Amino acid sequence: MLTRRSFIGATGAAAGVATLGLPGIAFARANTDRRFVFIIQRGAADGLHIVAPTGDPAYAGLRGDFAEDLAQGAKLGSFFTLHPALAETAKLYAGKQALFVHAVASPYRDRSHFDGQNVLETGGSAAYRLRDGWMNRLLGLLPADEAKALALSTTVPMALRGSHEVTSYAQSQLPSATEDLMARVSALYASDQQLHGLWSAAMDTRMKAGDPMQAGGGQNGAAIGALAAKMLSDDGARIAMIETNGWDTHSGQRGRLNVQLRNLDQLLAALKSGLGADWGNTLVAVATEFGRTARPNGTGGTDHGQASAAMLLGGGVRGGAVIADWPGLSSGALYEGRDLKPTTDLDALIAGALAQHYSLEPRRVMATLFPESRGNAIGHPLIVS
Amino acid sequence: MLVSTIALNRFGLGARPADPPISDAKRWLLGQFDRFESRPQALAQVPSRTAVATELAEYIEEQRMFGQAGKRRLQQQPASMPTGAMPQQADEKQVDPVKRYLRQNIRQNYLVMSSARLEAALASDSPFVERLVHFWANHFAVSVDKLPVIGLAGLMEFEAIRPHVLGRFSDMLLAVEQHPAILVYLDQAQSIGPNSRAGQFAAMRGGKARGLNENLAREIMELHTLGVRTGYSQADVTEFARALTGWTVGGIGRGPAARLLGNAPAGSFQFADFLHEPGDRTIMGKRYRDAGENQARAVLMDLAASPATARHLATKLARHFAGDEPPSALVDRLSKAYLASNGDLTTVYRALIDAPEPWATQPLKFKTPWEWSVSALRAVGSRDVPAQAAAGLMKQLGQPTWQPGSPAGWDDISASWAAPEALVLRVEAAQRIADRAGSGVDARALAEKLYPGSLSEATRTAIARAESPAEGLALLLVSPEFVRR
Repeated sequence: MLTRRSFIGATGAAAGVATLGLPGIAFARANTDRRFVFIIQRGAADGLHIVAPTGDPAYAGLRGDFAEDLAQGAKLGSFFTLHPALAETAKLYAGKQALFVHAVASPYRDRSHFDGQNVLETGGSAAYRLRDGWMNRLLGLLPADEAKALALSTTVPMALRGSHEVTSYAQSQLPSATEDLMARVSALYASDQQLHGLWSAAMDTRMKAGDPMQAGGGQNGAAIGALAAKMLSDDGARIAMIETNGWDTHSGQRGRLNVQLRNLDQLLAALKSGLGADWGNTLVAVATEFGRTARPNGTGGTDHGQASAAMLLGGGVRGGAVIADWPGLSSGALYEGRDLKPTTDLDALIAGALAQHYSLEPRRVMATLFPESRGNAIGHPLIVS
Repeated sequence: MLVSTIALNRFGLGARPADPPISDAKRWLLGQFDRFESRPQALAQVPSRTAVATELAEYIEEQRMFGQAGKRRLQQQPASMPTGAMPQQADEKQVDPVKRYLRQNIRQNYLVMSSARLEAALASDSPFVERLVHFWANHFAVSVDKLPVIGLAGLMEFEAIRPHVLGRFSDMLLAVEQHPAILVYLDQAQSIGPNSRAGQFAAMRGGKARGLNENLAREIMELHTLGVRTGYSQADVTEFARALTGWTVGGIGRGPAARLLGNAPAGSFQFADFLHEPGDRTIMGKRYRDAGENQARAVLMDLAASPATARHLATKLARHFAGDEPPSALVDRLSKAYLASNGDLTTVYRALIDAPEPWATQPLKFKTPWEWSVSALRAVGSRDVPAQAAAGLMKQLGQPTWQPGSPAGWDDISASWAAPEALVLRVEAAQRIADRAGSGVDARALAEKLYPGSLSEATRTAIARAESPAEGLALLLVSPEFVRR
């Protein structure tokens, strides 16, 4: 039986060592091959559908038919189940190279994507308080060899903006507009007679031509992962940020997340295989601005919520576990009666993981990356020393 | 829409986030007549006409030399190369490197100029007059699918349209018809009077029949002044074409004419007496004495003063500012203003601003790709766009700058632009523009600023619910408000 306020380690080992200090922080490694990749899930990814708490007694009743998707997923211990579209990620977990952290959230407690992403990326305690991003400030803590950062997008995203130099790269032939944007344009034009007619005709044509906006087989994700690996190899960048869109699943969540997660899974797999031996020195963090409502809405989706799930992956990650101070899904346990309650501080997780990955002093990392936070970096071992 | 929103978007090129609010819309528009710069900073880097025309002349010379060097190729190449299309891609490997180099230069001139045009539009504090520049450039359309026009099209807008956009129509008309871009595009540069000295000489030699070309004369009457089916006859066109003989361009002509012009500066307007058809001409019942260059000039002045021209121009202006079906009351009003002022364009614009029809609060026009792109880039505060990217954007959206493909110019009605696939392309472009703008632009605040008091609930909600700042911005840029004006 699981109790609140206890770490759940799927391997059983993690819970016991939660308070252990961090080994090896005194000596910076001479190794300059360490890499860090931050994958942002823009749009608020539903952590409850990605790392599903299938062992929570309220889960099945709360989630309804959403639970069916998880039936085939990989078991992460007795409590959590990984969405089956994350097949490659499940292999990483089995190989102890993937770690999931649940009921995690940034300090932001409202429900606007814009503001939430600003908090997530700046590392401030509220939106628009800081003018640079935590990834950029991280560069100031690293030796010059490792402080080479790249954004895989046309512009430098907020998390990487600041006084340290950052490059950006996007293939000249940009992918066509995302399926998500297309769907929103459909809704936007619904009440405009002329535009609705034109838009519907265009969508019909595309459907007939068999040209879906987004590949369902994860090809987009694989291509981005391979590109990122290439940019991170040899003399390239050591730090990269990858933006993923399409997580705002207000409707049709089961199908959409299936595609989203397959893309993410292929991205991670391609990143690993592309990096080859360098995967051993790589830390990948996956996070979103906030989670979604615990209960599905009336349109087969979920609405904006609070806590979600984050991932740490890489050859050096102390994986094969799910870390959570599990708040529970009973109606009394939900935040404002609707959302998964945040119990782990995303800032502390990121600071802790980076301090361990780069062998930096955790306090300094926390103060630099998240200067407004009063918490401490997570000291629980996240990275194999 | 508030009147200020109408002034900014329907009359202007779209609001910019940093612009101060407009308290008096009409005064803001009228004030632009004093503020407008005919030669703004954005055009400072544009190459000179001599430089462009000299490169073109070298290209044509290289073409000729290369043609003579290889008889087989000469037979394959159409003799009318200077006015023909770009050489075939398949020939690329065989093309001589000098020629390829020159062609790249010519192409580069186009990129510099089309990018300068966009930059001027983004930077302008007199966007209503800037819009009128684009309007008149399209009225006097040339198209860069003819090679010699590639480097000259922009120059025509900068040299013949901009300086006269607030002046008299007749001055603009004359400047355009004497510009090398139009003289080459509409084949006037090679037109030879059959009884001119050059014509007689050619006839004696029994060489290739070269003679009168009516193209420019016809398009002046049909497109630039009177308008189609307004009472002129084929005989009038032919007579006008005869009067126009001798109007040509220095340095880039071909054949005996070019040699006879001697050292005329490349790209300069030249009157070549030896090409001019001697004799008086009768056009639309009026007799024009043979006065050399001034014969055609006198015809142009009469055409500019014609009530048919007034009506033609008034109709096009009314369509541009008051809807695809131009209101007849507005056409009458503009036409009267034109005639009463002897074609003073500023007087016509004042009449437009004073008329009620262009101030209708509902959107009247679906933006063309050019209008949409300029307004989108202005909305995100963009000041410059890489030349290649700008050219690519316009091409993708179906309106490559100065390439309407015909002297009639781009259509100015919704039906030509509001098409299913065009809308999808616009959404894709919006996403790119929004991605480029980055998360520094808050679409929620921008939307309220661009459409104060008139933002639809659907657009507001769509932006607020967007999953990222960039997506919110993209949605604003393709919103029903934004794709129309």
